[in-house]
Amino acid sequence: MKLRNKFKFDKRARQSLITYAMVIIAFVVVQILLATGSMTSLMKGLLVPLCVYAILAVSLNLTVGILGELSLGHAGFMCIGAFTGAFFSKCVQDVITIGWLRISIAIILGSAMAGLFGFLIGMPVLRLKGDYLAIVTLGFGEIIKTVVNVVYIGRDENGFHFSIKSNMDLNMTENGKTIVKGAQGITGTPKDATFTIGIILLLVTLFIVLNLINSRDGRAIMAIRDNRIAAESVGINITKYKLMAFSISAALAGSAGVLYAHNLNTLTASTNNFGYNMSINILVFVVLGGIGNIRGSIIGAVILTLLPELLRSFNLDNLRMLIYAIILIVVMLFNSAPSFIQFREKVTAVVKSKLPKKGGVN
Amino acid sequence: MSFLQYLINGISLGSIYAIIALGYTMVYGIAKMLNFAHGDVIMVGAYVIFTTISTMGYPPIVGVIVAVALCTVLGITIERIAYKPLRGASSLAVLITAIGVSYFLQNMALIVFGADTKSFNSIVKFGPFHLGGLVISGETLVTIVSCIIIMIILTTFINKTKAGQAMLAVSEDKGAAVLMGINVNQTIALTFAIGSGLAAIAGSLLCSAYPTLSPYTGSMPGIKAFTAAVFGGIGSIPGAFVGGILLGVIEIFGKAYISSQLSDAIVFAVLIIVLIVKPSGILGKNRQEKV
Repeated sequence: MKLRNKFKFDKRARQSLITYAMVIIAFVVVQILLATGSMTSLMKGLLVPLCVYAILAVSLNLTVGILGELSLGHAGFMCIGAFTGAFFSKCVQDVITIGWLRISIAIILGSAMAGLFGFLIGMPVLRLKGDYLAIVTLGFGEIIKTVVNVVYIGRDENGFHFSIKSNMDLNMTENGKTIVKGAQGITGTPKDATFTIGIILLLVTLFIVLNLINSRDGRAIMAIRDNRIAAESVGINITKYKLMAFSISAALAGSAGVLYAHNLNTLTASTNNFGYNMSINILVFVVLGGIGNIRGSIIGAVILTLLPELLRSFNLDNLRMLIYAIILIVVMLFNSAPSFIQFREKVTAVVKSKLPKKGGVN
Repeated sequence: MSFLQYLINGISLGSIYAIIALGYTMVYGIAKMLNFAHGDVIMVGAYVIFTTISTMGYPPIVGVIVAVALCTVLGITIERIAYKPLRGASSLAVLITAIGVSYFLQNMALIVFGADTKSFNSIVKFGPFHLGGLVISGETLVTIVSCIIIMIILTTFINKTKAGQAMLAVSEDKGAAVLMGINVNQTIALTFAIGSGLAAIAGSLLCSAYPTLSPYTGSMPGIKAFTAAVFGGIGSIPGAFVGGILLGVIEIFGKAYISSQLSDAIVFAVLIIVLIVKPSGILGKNRQEKV
């Protein structure tokens, strides 16, 4: 009875539990499908990317929905995490042979690095507002992507060598191996990412984000979102909380990047995976899932990742991205256009008045 | 190459950015939205010119006129279907819709024209000119001259005509503009029409100077021009001009003197530094936040 009461009254905790349960149920369903062999290889290949996108969407929602600042450079933090993690795994490939241990350390390092960059970038740019912040974060994302494309790092018995020109400029002895090859990126990262690790990372991400939202710090962050001046006047340290949310969001994006990197043989930084295209894609997940709604972000990421693949299986390969675009526009109009919202309210009012009233509830 | 040569090339590229940035900045000033599909209107314009000149064999000037006309219609249609219903909705919703429109145009071009890169025949049939040690291509000359002409016409239009004054009024205060009897919807449609027509011109100049054309041609110049608009102070027309030219010059100098691979990073780094020092851009107005 006591337990029931607790669930009944703590609405937030119940909502969080539903979100965790949803992820765990999805995991169990996938495991059953895998065990019975009713999953196509295409779907199997999508399992880890789905986790990656879900984590990215949840982490971006922390910036966009909870902090209320538009960031278009989220893929940049993912890029930092991916390259840090892949670099680490490549270096210790022969030392640590247990896959899950290696990727766990890589995730910690990758997210720490991305978080550090989030902190460093956030310090100057979080003073800007709205569209200016959006374009500056977009700029940082592009800078990160461009710089990663010209970095060469190699290792020989004398230690690490670093160059931004070419492989030859590394000046290594003949035993030296190039690890990061400029535009060709990192090849041969151990494929340590599994669906289980992805789901665990997603649960950890959810745990961090949901707990942050429901904490004193989280309420301070949301107060800044709702009214900065009022928040400041009651003594909330704006810079501190903005930076906190932004760095955590960056760190989580970094961890998604590590997962992404360990799912690929070759990791390169191109416009499609770490450029503004990717940042915009993640933003689309967040907005369609519902800004500020963490569970919605996961659902949005999963549906929008599966939708193009679903259209592919209907033999609409040529048209699939076109249909995706149309669906995106229509859903946005239906969800946000003032006239549509009025229309929907009218419809629900009519439906509600026709339904028999339930006694006593609400 | 000499410093002066790089400077001319930079101004030429910057003029293209400035023309594109005008479209961004006008739409932003009036509708307060980031029209992410603007870069793709450039691409559509370039494809229209490509089809009329290379496939149908009409003279370049006909191609440009047809492209401007079609892009104007396209701009108004996009505004009517995708953006107008969202007036009053959150700016993020409009942004995502604009992204949807951008995807739509890219994939439409992909289906109609195919994914392969087309080689674009320059619309400029004269040049290059040799001036001392400098080489000025016909495209460079046409680009810079058109940019200046467009700036003069646009400034005159906004300051001297009723429609232009209506635009200023709407960008200043939409509610007050309605009270003064200005048709806000019409003014916004006009802005989109002008912006998209300019995008078609920018498309013809861009593809003449860099003669390749694919469904993704417009997106990177679009992003850079948007950067230029923010750089100069978004919403300000002289700002778009200054921002565009500066961005082009910085990009070419970065390519020439620092690193060709890092030029994009340099462009964005300069933008970030400018915005941190002057958060509303070079010529932007600083709006005080009120309680």
